[in-house]
Amino acid sequence: MSGFDVATIRQDFPILSRTVRDAKPLIYLDSGATSQKPNSVLDAERSFYETHNAAVHRGAHQLAEEATIAFENARANIAGFIKAKPNDIVFTKNATEAINLVAYTFLNTTLKSLRGATLPAGADRFVLREGDEVVVTEMEHHSNLVPWQELCAKTGAVLKWIGLTDDGRLEYSDLDHLITDRTRVVSFTHQSNLLGTINDVARVRDAARAVGAVVLLDACQSIPHMGVDVADLDVDFITWSGHKMLGPLGIGCLWGRADLLASMTPFISGGSMIETVTMEGSTFASAPQRFEAGVPMAAQAVALSAAVDYLTAIGMDNVEAHEHELTKLALAELSAIPGVRIIGPQTAEARGSAISFVVDGIHPHDVGQVLDNAGIAVRVGHHCAWPVCRRYEVPATTRATFYVYNDLSDVHALVAGVKQAQAFFGSN
Amino acid sequence: MQLEQMYQEIILDHYKHPHGKGLVDNFAAQVHHVNPTCGDEITLQIRLDETDPTKLVISYQNQGCSISQASASILFDQLNDQSLTTGEQAVDHLVAMLQRVEEPNEDILGDGIALVGVAQYPARVKCALLAWMAWKDAAIQALGQEQTRESDK
Repeated sequence: MSGFDVATIRQDFPILSRTVRDAKPLIYLDSGATSQKPNSVLDAERSFYETHNAAVHRGAHQLAEEATIAFENARANIAGFIKAKPNDIVFTKNATEAINLVAYTFLNTTLKSLRGATLPAGADRFVLREGDEVVVTEMEHHSNLVPWQELCAKTGAVLKWIGLTDDGRLEYSDLDHLITDRTRVVSFTHQSNLLGTINDVARVRDAARAVGAVVLLDACQSIPHMGVDVADLDVDFITWSGHKMLGPLGIGCLWGRADLLASMTPFISGGSMIETVTMEGSTFASAPQRFEAGVPMAAQAVALSAAVDYLTAIGMDNVEAHEHELTKLALAELSAIPGVRIIGPQTAEARGSAISFVVDGIHPHDVGQVLDNAGIAVRVGHHCAWPVCRRYEVPATTRATFYVYNDLSDVHALVAGVKQAQAFFGSN
Repeated sequence: MQLEQMYQEIILDHYKHPHGKGLVDNFAAQVHHVNPTCGDEITLQIRLDETDPTKLVISYQNQGCSISQASASILFDQLNDQSLTTGEQAVDHLVAMLQRVEEPNEDILGDGIALVGVAQYPARVKCALLAWMAWKDAAIQALGQEQTRESDK
């Protein structure tokens, strides 16, 4: 059904051959939370430690040089995956930290400005004044909401949000009145982790650009699943995590426009982000080192680079097409079950593979438990997007997400599991 | 099947037909507890019995999974009109049972012994404990307020 063979892919993922709950084969439908890792990623991390391990960007011994080269080659490869320049990629511990890095740039620049400090050229874009506005959407993951709430609480800026339509899309008409000449930053998700909705980036970006606002795109749920080109997106910042795209835990990425990165005051400070240090004060390295204080996660960068190679070999167009087929089938089959309601777009158009649903009369926790008992791993709860649950007046949802190692039989198992939950709880 | 050990018939009965659900206007203390990982919520109120103020009267409203709902219903059966000491003993025993360090004691927990199956699923232990932790919080607050009021006289 698509340009690759799922059975062959599955052989690359050792964890997929294990069993769970009394010897049942594992059916992993929780890649939206974190993906599984192929051997090539695991091998790359191990190999770094076995052959090159040293603290990067420090020391001049051979291992230090090799480690530094491996780390910077990984940065270049990861940048290439989204057609970006290597020095515009900053490694963080995860996507949450990447978003915080930008939010704290606003806070730190504002505080320094109030003290009359000398700021880098262009830094005034990050100075907030009482009554300035920050715009997000109602479908954000908490990681792209709470940092902005905190920023507003500390600076006197006002948080506004684009609402949602009943079928899980952004209420684009809100843009006309929400984005004003007080808007300083617009931060929104490319693809909702709960609803699966893929947003119209250009439409939101253009409205933000028209008033000179900084634009941040949370691409955690898009970069793992579709081809992304920074030039096409044409935003100011993109954030995403490594572990959702077959990479290791402990590494996330921030891509930023070079002129903006150059004008930004540091977030976390300390070793290796400096240019000169005296007891009186310090000057800072240029990007990306300015934002990478401390010994960085070189082994994880190398492993994430291997994940990029793995996905590139499959082809991101193939990944997207494959997931689209699974999404179409899952939407059709789940919504055909009496008492099951999809929360989010009902069709696979402009939609990723995150499928949230509720089952009448059965709490999502209980649906998830029956599925777990059948060996099917899904996520239950509010998916760190509690306001979305409130918007659709559900306490929580059950969510299935698909990736390269899932096939149509996994969709059928999910559907059978939901029917089994209904039978068990006598709700249908 | 493990699933049926957790979802015993008695649990499903409490879930489908909960005891004592509903809030009142008069209470000495009201608490709102949530399970932030899944969004389960309970509002629990305690008022002191008019003739015997050591007896704690429970009212509550909640939403959540079958385990958290059934557990609140069982809490009402076991602890309504009971003292702080009796209640705290029950909470301690429930925690110990779910940590598998004590065998289920029906004299203390009543239908609550059916929650023992939850111990196999660490992610669900919080669901079973939510109402009981809310009760403990509210009970201590209610008695504390009463003491404050007494000392004001």
